[in-house]
Amino acid sequence: MNRWSAYWTAFSTILFKEIMRFVRIWVQTILPPAITMTLYFVIFGKLIGEQIGEMDGFKYIDFIVPGLILMSVISNSYANVVSSFYSSKFQRHVEELLIAPVPNWVILAGYVGGGVARGVSVGIVVTVVAMFFTDISVHSYGVTLLVFVVTSILFATAGFINAVYANSFDDISIVPTFVLTPLTYLGGVFYSISLLPSFWQSVSLANPVLYMINAFRYGLLGVSDIPVAAAFGLIAVFTVILVGFALRLLDRGVGIKS
Amino acid sequence: MHALSIRGLEKTYGNGFQAVKGIDLDVPQGEFFALLGPNGAGKSTTIGIVSSLVNKSAGTVRVFGHDLDTDPSGVKAAIGLVPQEFNFNQFEPVEEIVINQAGYYGIPRREAKARAEQYLKQLDLWDRRRSEARQLSGGMKRRLMIARALVHRPGLLILDEPTAGVDIEIRHGMWAFLKTINAEGTSIILTTNYLEEAENLCRQIAIIDHGRIVQQARMDELLRRLHTETFVLTLADPLSAAPVVPGYPITLREDGNLEVTVDAERGVNPLFAGLTELGLKVTSLRNKQNRLEQLFIDLVKAGRLPKNNGEGRA
Repeated sequence: MNRWSAYWTAFSTILFKEIMRFVRIWVQTILPPAITMTLYFVIFGKLIGEQIGEMDGFKYIDFIVPGLILMSVISNSYANVVSSFYSSKFQRHVEELLIAPVPNWVILAGYVGGGVARGVSVGIVVTVVAMFFTDISVHSYGVTLLVFVVTSILFATAGFINAVYANSFDDISIVPTFVLTPLTYLGGVFYSISLLPSFWQSVSLANPVLYMINAFRYGLLGVSDIPVAAAFGLIAVFTVILVGFALRLLDRGVGIKS
Repeated sequence: MHALSIRGLEKTYGNGFQAVKGIDLDVPQGEFFALLGPNGAGKSTTIGIVSSLVNKSAGTVRVFGHDLDTDPSGVKAAIGLVPQEFNFNQFEPVEEIVINQAGYYGIPRREAKARAEQYLKQLDLWDRRRSEARQLSGGMKRRLMIARALVHRPGLLILDEPTAGVDIEIRHGMWAFLKTINAEGTSIILTTNYLEEAENLCRQIAIIDHGRIVQQARMDELLRRLHTETFVLTLADPLSAAPVVPGYPITLREDGNLEVTVDAERGVNPLFAGLTELGLKVTSLRNKQNRLEQLFIDLVKAGRLPKNNGEGRA
């Protein structure tokens, strides 16, 4: 058996298993973001948004659509991997992978692939929901798709690292609740940072999610608070660091081997 | 070539506990091998290291010539593991668990499905293939783990207490299955608390205690070393006092039957002659405990006492 074809089979097995997992429980994984985002579009987009007027030259609902789509992608990519990999530790079926000749990078790629699949699926669902409320135009398909996928990879990897360290179900909800949600809400989903006083504008620049949301907004609307190249650079650096760190954790068996 | 060869294996956990203290072990290819020891002796740690679930602190492990340090993939591909605890996704269908495991070993899905069908049928699980694993009985879950461990057709199958909590009928069925795959060439290492199981199945045995191998030999040789055996004799007419037969310590049981310890060299013939002389009719005879169990207890005790004494003197 060719080594690379064996790796491909192992990767596609993990990926298929991960996709089947979130599809099997679609009521918990796909439906809630669709409902939440519908409420966001109705309340913030239509009811409140029409009172707000324009932001950066766009109707308010058009301004918040990119951020809301990417927020769904971020939270679902993260949630899929953190819950799935932690469950595999908790039920000990991670051992099925540890005893098999699967390289650690294939294990990571399989789980991250599953997170990306859920992030992208939810992103598509939310985009379809958004189309009921406004016309979505795409300024740059390349930038849009690239941010969509790379952000998903980044947060799926972050979810994997969280799961490696987690020792209880509490541990897998702490980061999403106390880190991810504030960073996303303060990352310019609902406002342009140009509205903030200069001090808070500077503080906002330390938030990596701001760069992703703005790059995605650039892909859809053609406007961004920060240079798109800087956003891509930052996403790439974060992705490389987190993937490297996750592989190191796997190599050392942190949280999964004694 | 050995199916498994271990040299100087050591494991010290992060809390300083040394679970394995320099084990040397050889399991010949095609062997049915018992690894026995009391709870906490180091059996599961040793198995964990061999199957890549536990990082070793020192020593070498070779499986069919593949070195765990330089060729871990070769080692992993050659081993099938049936662990002590259930370690599958409880919410996944039975067939998917086996197919996915094959996929991790690089077996394409079509081939994996055919193999899953073969092993699930052999282990009487085919009718439950679409059930979620959590819906299976304890015995079925054990058999599912055996099917999963065999799906990549490993040369060495390691079973860590595979029949714990399994009823007698299913246990005997599993023994027959394991004997068959061993006869077909699969080397097997078994740990069990049912010493009758080890005596029935295994041709070689190693006893591990306090992280060290205290005995390794062929099963028949080991049993031959058993100097005394204790028998329970059922009498046609129960007694109220123990009879006296010279050379045989006889005790009276609560039910009026007899218990006697027989030296292997002396044999049982003079005992029966003596009992017949006393007019006693023996209707049945059985070992008080499994022979291997008796030997196991003797060896573990023997292994512990000198060490404890030695530590006391130092």
